[in-house]
Amino acid sequence: MIHIHDLTKVFGKNTVLNKVTTSIDKGEVVTIIGPSGSGKSTLLRCINLLEKPTSGTIRIGNVTITDPKTNIMEVRKNIGMVFQQFNLFPHMTVLENITYAPQKVKHIQRAEAEQKARELLNKVGLLDKEKAYPNQLSGGQKQRVAIARALAMEPEIMLFDEPTSALDPEMVKEVLDVMKDLVELGMTMVVVTHEMNFAKEVADRVIFLDNGVLIEEGNPQDFFNQPKTERAKLFLSKIL
Amino acid sequence: MNLDFSQIVPFIPFLLKGIGATLQFVSISILLGFILGTLLALCKITNIRLLKIFANVYTSIFRGTPLILQLWIIYFAVPQLTGYDIPEYLTAILAFGLNSAAYVSEIIRAGIMAVDRGQMEAAMALGIPYRPMMLNIILPQAIKNILPALVNEFITLTKESAIVSTIGYLDLMRRAQIIGAQIYRNFEALFLAGVIYWVMVYILTKIGELVERRLRQSDTHS
Ligand SMILES: Nc1ncnc2c1ncn2[C@@H]1O[C@H](COP(=O)(O)OP(=O)(O)OP(=O)(O)O)[C@@H](O)[C@H]1O
Ligand SMILES: [Mg+2]
Repeated sequence: MIHIHDLTKVFGKNTVLNKVTTSIDKGEVVTIIGPSGSGKSTLLRCINLLEKPTSGTIRIGNVTITDPKTNIMEVRKNIGMVFQQFNLFPHMTVLENITYAPQKVKHIQRAEAEQKARELLNKVGLLDKEKAYPNQLSGGQKQRVAIARALAMEPEIMLFDEPTSALDPEMVKEVLDVMKDLVELGMTMVVVTHEMNFAKEVADRVIFLDNGVLIEEGNPQDFFNQPKTERAKLFLSKIL
Repeated sequence: MNLDFSQIVPFIPFLLKGIGATLQFVSISILLGFILGTLLALCKITNIRLLKIFANVYTSIFRGTPLILQLWIIYFAVPQLTGYDIPEYLTAILAFGLNSAAYVSEIIRAGIMAVDRGQMEAAMALGIPYRPMMLNIILPQAIKNILPALVNEFITLTKESAIVSTIGYLDLMRRAQIIGAQIYRNFEALFLAGVIYWVMVYILTKIGELVERRLRQSDTHS
């Protein structure tokens, strides 16, 4: 479903991604791990073109999104993104946060958008918070709303950039649980995370990046138990 | 010391009319400044180079030269170049409006830039187009940074407005000068004008504080 070929991203003189090539299947859950500054976020952000690749191609389905003629907005409608810092709209209620984009972008009627939003809120366990403003929520609640907001666009792919890193430890689980539910539903997910347990338990594949290079990828069992490369071994010895 | 305020009493209505004259052209100026300033600010944050350069050069010129010079250039240069005798009132509005556009554009630009980058990224990730993103997501948050600074700009303009007396516009300052000359008592006239300026600025400052407090209150749910 996502085909990344020779993806390179350069900031100034800094090559942040260096000829990354990989594919992600429909319904696959892939986690990206690697040291800080290795280019994990950049790789993720290239997939919905929040960063413009310097060279290489990304194809989603049969649309080459790196083609300058491709309508970026159309691509993004189909890809949900969840950020480390939640990025909820602070001047909108929870319900407004979730219903804004479907109404504005997909021209869905308000009543329908709200009904759908309530279903999603129910799913993430926050049905009673629809009138709350983001700053009245805990971190874990904010992140669950952010996930609901992304899901409201009915994307085929969900991108997560360290969705639990800004959370207090006791709130990590509630967010991971919501993500696991999504896995159950067959969502295609790309997750940058430091939660190695999440990677081990639910990911179909782990991609290890170091210094902008895709060093190793494989299923979590193999990767965590018998990493093939020295760099991966070194990294795992530091974090586990 | 010889102070005598009694002679000035008959002239007080004449002086007070200056308040309206001053506030009126300052208000229109800031409105003009706000409209032009918003457009300039949008030019500054686009990726279109030419617009960006234009807005930056504009700002640099109007902030880099004395306001009184801008006022005089409009007042004296327009008739010389076009043959059109520009009225004092229009001159004052143009000079102050064009000048404050430069300052307001910086206020708005800074207010927009101060909105967390993540807001724009979240909007883009949802596929929200540029215009609704700006209007419904970025600007409502930027306005909290912008409004208090705008009130300050209004206060600055009110004080600076006294320089329009140099082209003969009958504002508060000019009226004080005329009265002073009439009754041969400059101090009393200027003193009274000073008090009026101070009261106006004081009231505007209070309004500014009120605006800021309101915004902070609405902040508690954002
Ligand atoms: N907009 C940018 N401009 C310049 N350099 C950038 C930009 N974004 C990222 N970088 C640089 O690119 C490199 C990779 O950044 P990236 O955020 O992708 O790393 P990461 O693996 O997500 O790190 P972390 O675990 O700390 O989030 C870093 O050296 C970073 O400084
Ligand atoms: Mg990152």
